[in-house]
Amino acid sequence: MYEGPIQDLIDELSRLPGIGPKSAQRLAFHLVKAPAEEAKRLAEAILQAKERIFFCKECGNVAEGDLCRICRDESRDRTVLCVVEEPKDAATIERAGVVRGRYHVLGGAISPLDGIGPDDLRVQELLERVEREGVSEVIIATNPNLEGNATAMYVAALLKPVGVKVTRLASGLPVGGDLEYADEVTLSQALEGRREM
Amino acid sequence: MPLYKEQGVVLRAVKLGEADKIITVMTQGSGKVRAVAKGIRKTTSRFGARLEPLTHVSLMVYRGRSSLDTVSQAEIIGSFRAIRGDLGLFAAAETMLEAVDKVAEEHERNVRLFLLLLGGLRALDTGPADPAAVAESFLLKLLSLSGFHPSLRACAVCGRPDPSLFSSGQGGAVCASCAELDAGPVSAEALAYLAGLAGSDLLKAGASAPDPQIRREARPLLFGFAEYHLERRMKSLPILARSLVP
Repeated sequence: MYEGPIQDLIDELSRLPGIGPKSAQRLAFHLVKAPAEEAKRLAEAILQAKERIFFCKECGNVAEGDLCRICRDESRDRTVLCVVEEPKDAATIERAGVVRGRYHVLGGAISPLDGIGPDDLRVQELLERVEREGVSEVIIATNPNLEGNATAMYVAALLKPVGVKVTRLASGLPVGGDLEYADEVTLSQALEGRREM
Repeated sequence: MPLYKEQGVVLRAVKLGEADKIITVMTQGSGKVRAVAKGIRKTTSRFGARLEPLTHVSLMVYRGRSSLDTVSQAEIIGSFRAIRGDLGLFAAAETMLEAVDKVAEEHERNVRLFLLLLGGLRALDTGPADPAAVAESFLLKLLSLSGFHPSLRACAVCGRPDPSLFSSGQGGAVCASCAELDAGPVSAEALAYLAGLAGSDLLKAGASAPDPQIRREARPLLFGFAEYHLERRMKSLPILARSLVP
């Protein structure tokens, strides 16, 4: 369609997830029109991210160096581990500021339809970590969907012989939602997990 | 855009954009349907858990201009709670969902396939002792329904009894004089076990676990036969074979 560098840029951008050819074209022309510094900052940020960001040896989260910020932090509760599917889930929980322990990123969820079994996740690392570090509670915070629940069941069964306390995030009615629109599955889980007031 | 009503079982859901999902549903009257569920990943979505895979739902769907429709309403008919709470049942159910997804054609009515899936999931929901056997029996029935019933009691080519070899390409068990190069040996016990699964009621197929030796022999034959004739690789089969229960 176009010639030389602009077409190269469009091709590269359209490889990104969620970016189609039209969006790629729009982004490419935005960058071409933008001041040179803006484009340089973006290019530099991409290069820095590729060069300096690794995965934490302990928890599997994104990290600058061997260990991530949370695993380096001595003030965190070392007896509590929160198990999540992806680094972005750890970031979401961290933003809420409710977990004082550390995280363990599995790198996905068990999904036979996609050929992903327990061996493709960081579950053995989790088992070793729980045994090695004297963890007293594992909070499972996988997504509340079919695959996330299967993963939670698997992790719970795996950790049972170790004798550690395993808990799962409650699921039920969303804050700000309407009871009228609740479905049977969510409602029955909300009822099972009801609390005395 | 015309609106239509259907009931079906959700086979799978893949993420689309920021907060949507594309769900694949095996419906009773319209075959396999792929439809967008808008906003379903938001915690306040009115769909909630209604369109999770492994849910029997009643749907109102807008027919789209492309192959993608849009879900406007959904109500749960059944959610197979026992399957959701057990890893062995879950692995077996996933194999059923994948097999139906591979065989069903979009917008092509296939009531028998829909009923087979519903029967298979209901059998699993009763909590059989050996969920994998139910999935294997289901796979054999699905092959028969698709016109690929393996010959298990007689040679697939000449019809003589007591075949001793097995070839996916030739249609199942074969005798020594008919066998082509890709045929491999098979024991009479493994053939009898597979024939038993093929003829068994889905509700009874998982009543007891078979001899591990026979299963070790029969399983790769069945899985190989299924993948050969469906012309698709089944990603869930290795996970079913290894068992998900740690």
